[in-house]
Amino acid sequence: MKKIMIVCGNGLGSSMMLEMTVNAVLKEMGVSADVRHTDLFSAKSEIADLFLGAPEIVSGLNDGVRQLAGVRNIMDKTEVRAAITPYLN
Amino acid sequence: MIKFALDILSDPAILIGLFALCGLLLQKAKVSDVIGGTIKTILGFVILGAGAQILIGSLDTFRLVFDHAFGLKGTIPNNEGITALALKEIGSQTAYVMILGMVFNLVLARFTPLKYVFLTGHHTLFMACLIVAVLHASGMDNVTLVLSGGALLGGLMVVMPALLQPFTRKVTGNDSFALGHFGSFGYLAAGLIGSAVGKKGRSTEDIKVPASLSFLRDTSISMALTMAILFFAVSVAAGGDFIERELSGGVNFLVYGFKQALTFSAGVYIILAGVRLLISEIVPAFKGISDKLIPNAKPALDCPAIFPFAPNAVVIGFLCSFIGGLIAMFITPAIGLAVIVPGLIPHFFTGATAGVYGNATGGLRGAILGSFVNGLLISFLPALLLGSLGSLGFAGTTFGDTDFGVIGLLLTGIIRVF
Repeated sequence: MKKIMIVCGNGLGSSMMLEMTVNAVLKEMGVSADVRHTDLFSAKSEIADLFLGAPEIVSGLNDGVRQLAGVRNIMDKTEVRAAITPYLN
Repeated sequence: MIKFALDILSDPAILIGLFALCGLLLQKAKVSDVIGGTIKTILGFVILGAGAQILIGSLDTFRLVFDHAFGLKGTIPNNEGITALALKEIGSQTAYVMILGMVFNLVLARFTPLKYVFLTGHHTLFMACLIVAVLHASGMDNVTLVLSGGALLGGLMVVMPALLQPFTRKVTGNDSFALGHFGSFGYLAAGLIGSAVGKKGRSTEDIKVPASLSFLRDTSISMALTMAILFFAVSVAAGGDFIERELSGGVNFLVYGFKQALTFSAGVYIILAGVRLLISEIVPAFKGISDKLIPNAKPALDCPAIFPFAPNAVVIGFLCSFIGGLIAMFITPAIGLAVIVPGLIPHFFTGATAGVYGNATGGLRGAILGSFVNGLLISFLPALLLGSLGSLGFAGTTFGDTDFGVIGLLLTGIIRVF
């Protein structure tokens, strides 16, 4: 199962909302994945198949190895679907 | 048996755990998720208290050094810190007010045109805590306190997003969500100032901001650095030998100050971890209920949700707000108020948001002026608020964001009339 880590500055509010949107999108697609949320500081020691968050936030995780995808509107299912689909297979 | 029930109903951790349990059952979650989620929620409350202990240690040290250096009381606004401290004293009342506030929010969103569901759970908790602190300091009895506090909280949860919505639409370019964050008065001010200085100027997004400032988004690191700078500054002013003689047990004052700064940051990190556990079961349940019961409900989200719409305004807003905070630090003691040491978390999150709102209505000039005024507000309001917090006013920390100050002061004013 793929693991998706959602990241924001504090790991409290916007990452959790994005996690709820991602879960809704995954449900629509009929795909199951392990989705979690955390803050940027903790994310640096996490392993996941995809790191998702605001473009400026996830760029802080860019080490050339991690898979990153940015989302601007965390409530927009179309944007979230487009961002995560390439990483699900 | 009655004692058993009372023990449960008066323990905030267990109370919040019960609420999470109800939410999980309502969502028809799997048995394993129900048990896990309930325990995680209670665990969050316990972790919160542990983080507070760590935070207090370094906060006390900071105050001792600051007092010795300037002969003034320095206060660092930190919502997480003051809430964690307050929950020891008024935890169960806060839990009841928070739960009741969420219920009132759902009722108001269902039956009034204000269709907002406030999903920033940690701010709901902080506001519940502020309301209880102010009402508690006035000597109100518990039943009146919980009922009126819950109604007030529920009202704020729909009114504040609604007030901001005309500006929020300008920021996001659509109407898909609202801003649910209790720095609203600062953002309103920024939006209005932006409108006043006009849209003729260029947008913040037309300029290049150095990527080297992006580490500021990492709050744990940026907070540790800022606290280290603050500790070094007050340590030098107090004299290194004072610290080595009185506080550090002979350890070099710079090493000691650096360690204290990191301890402060670690305390906040632990508190945040606790809040995260606490909130992450309750908010989805709250949203689940609203999705089922309230047609056309609009989610009111935490402020970073709007950051991607104007990333440059985020950095500019933080810097200008911080400058406002630094200037205010010198003005407050001159007019007889407590010294508010600019706190990094409030200036980053609310300054950035004020910057984004100011930019949406008034371009670069709106962003600069709007967030600067936000910076002044989040120094003067906490300084004025301290007197309203009763015994909590002496804790060395206070609520940072504007709405806590405005609501706290208004409540105190209203109580005085009666």
